[in-house]
Amino acid sequence: MTAPSTHTTKPATSVPALLKTAVINAVIALVLFSLMVGVRTEAGSDGQLTYWTRFGELAYLVAAVFGGSIVIELLRQWIGPAGTEKLVPPAVQKGMSLVGRYLAPALLIFTLLVPVIFYDQRYILDLAILVLTYVMLGWGLNVVVGLAGLLDLGYVAFYAVGAYSYALLATNFGWSFWICLPLAGILAAFWGVLLGFPVLRLRGDYLAIVTLAFGEIIRLVLINWQDLTGGPNGVSGIPRPTLFGIPLDRSDDGLAAKLGIEFSPTHRIVFLFYLILALALLTNWVTIRLRRLPIGRAWEALREDEVACRALGINTTTTKLTAFATGAMFGGFAGAFFATRQGFISPESFTFQESALVLAIVVLGGMGSQLGVALAALAMIGGFELFRGLETYRMLVFGWAMVLIMIWRPRGLVGHRAPTVYLKKAQAISSDLVKEGHG
Amino acid sequence: MDYFAQQLINGLVLGSIYGLIAIGYTMVYGIVGMINFAHGDVFMIGGFIALITFLILISLGLTAIPLILLVVLLVSMAITALYGWTIERIAYRPLRHSFRLAPMLSAIGMSFVLTNYSQVAQGARVKPIPPVITGGYTLHESADGFVIQLSNIQIIVVITTIVVLAIFTWLVSNTRLGRDMRACEQDQTMAALLGVNVDRTISMTFVIGAALAAVAGLMYLLYYGLVDFFMGFVAGIKAFTAAVLGGIGSLPGAMLGGLAIGLIETFWSAYFSVEYKDVAAFSILIVVLIFMPTGLLGRPEVEKV
Repeated sequence: MTAPSTHTTKPATSVPALLKTAVINAVIALVLFSLMVGVRTEAGSDGQLTYWTRFGELAYLVAAVFGGSIVIELLRQWIGPAGTEKLVPPAVQKGMSLVGRYLAPALLIFTLLVPVIFYDQRYILDLAILVLTYVMLGWGLNVVVGLAGLLDLGYVAFYAVGAYSYALLATNFGWSFWICLPLAGILAAFWGVLLGFPVLRLRGDYLAIVTLAFGEIIRLVLINWQDLTGGPNGVSGIPRPTLFGIPLDRSDDGLAAKLGIEFSPTHRIVFLFYLILALALLTNWVTIRLRRLPIGRAWEALREDEVACRALGINTTTTKLTAFATGAMFGGFAGAFFATRQGFISPESFTFQESALVLAIVVLGGMGSQLGVALAALAMIGGFELFRGLETYRMLVFGWAMVLIMIWRPRGLVGHRAPTVYLKKAQAISSDLVKEGHG
Repeated sequence: MDYFAQQLINGLVLGSIYGLIAIGYTMVYGIVGMINFAHGDVFMIGGFIALITFLILISLGLTAIPLILLVVLLVSMAITALYGWTIERIAYRPLRHSFRLAPMLSAIGMSFVLTNYSQVAQGARVKPIPPVITGGYTLHESADGFVIQLSNIQIIVVITTIVVLAIFTWLVSNTRLGRDMRACEQDQTMAALLGVNVDRTISMTFVIGAALAAVAGLMYLLYYGLVDFFMGFVAGIKAFTAAVLGGIGSLPGAMLGGLAIGLIETFWSAYFSVEYKDVAAFSILIVVLIFMPTGLLGRPEVEKV
């Protein structure tokens, strides 16, 4: 109980008040959990439901809430009143910006060297490929959410379109990965335009729900259109990618035989690693370049204030549409890569959870910051790996993380991207004008 | 024709359930201006609590079904309402003045929390109950042997919905709380200046919405005889579609939209294909938003700068 005394400016909450809050919270928790946790139901072998009580768990949870609310209250007093922006000392700020400047190149060099360092560790290489896939998806969605400020809850639909485009073209017509890759991107972008054209007039949250519905429609069609997509069984036997026609296998005209080295399955993994790295970097490069073009500026302006954009003569529909299509295209590329890496795809890989995960990466990364998204993908997928043994708990933790991030740092953990261009001279305006957005 | 009449009955019953959930969406949207993405999961929680209360009461040896159902209804409404209150308190209130996507993202997170919480707490398997209310009436029997059935449970669902809606309408139009809610919907700052406790009113909105969702949860449990941890997601999107179709922010609109979605879904399954019934419902959402974003009974939204 020493923490409150260090703050002389703010009257510290007394111990009885603290306990009172904690007791109230514990009682609320008791009621909330009483039936859901305290009683466990399960259908028996005869189909009859039985139940048994779990008062031990209930007691633990209530005690945890009691203790937790005391700790949170003390922390809150220690950190200061909620909502105050803490000033970072200039020295720290300078140091941070220095780190920020060298972090990205260092990270890139490290990523390039990953297959060299971890050549023998298949698990790490696989994980790295997975992380890079999400980095790419995050960067793709970042164009839509981070730059243009359009909340897209159905991004996985474009991922699915890309994956199925490649899978179906390759298995039915035997087209090579390198022909299908651009096609997958184009098809996904086409779907983006198709969806975007009518719905982009909608306001932010309506748009979110419509994209969500669209994502679900795509998934349901994939499940039910059995003739084309194989339904819930998915598409299997998707060809592996080749190095511009040279397969990476054991055969005589495989890459290993041509180079005269001994074949190893790791070659293919390493190749896939560099493939997704190249795709991700392409996404990054295009985004950075686009940002300097008028269209990128228009995206950022749109994110900041749509009404002002229209007043300035920007065609908001076209601007949104290009953002949507660009994001969808990268989603399609990532989908094609996913299909070729897995060799098997099914609608199960394209659920709403996936959309939410990519969205969480973008939000966590700070909506618009490229480096932030990459770090967030690393943290998120890495975090998921840590919870691998606890499958059911990890989505629970994921949900809480999303809520807490929104409360604690709504602008993202890593940093957020301010508009590329803005007026240098600050003007004094009333505080209710600086609130972002409207409605 | 008989087939049509039967589907009409089924559709209206399903629509009543959607309508009850949709009111929660539309109320929250009207007052706070956010889509409470977790509301579908609140409905699911309501169903679970009803199921557990029901099991406990049965095992205590109670046999009077009407009494049991009444207790189940009240317990489920009370606890689910507390869930609604807690969710607002934890996940939405701190974000009320944050940037505009924040509450939506927080609500998505909350939806994941609730879904997985009930999966962890109650297991992933479907929970069936034996039919509680059986029997019904044969309204009409045609020459080829097709029977139009109106089961007792269908009657109960519709009557409960009507009673709950009557109470709710009275609450909104005739009480202090209802007046506060309508005031907050129009202008929160002005309402606060005139002595309305805005925080409390918003909390109560979530409480009432959750209680109505609990009623829907119980009706769903009785009608379909099962609950599972994932039922909130699809039901939630459909109820939201209903709210949008009826005109978001409009309470009668939500009910009307619910009935419309229930009918559309039932007729689609009956005459076209069962597999694509969800696709039909979601497509309607998209079509409605494109062609009449204000819905059937909604007011056009004026964009203020």
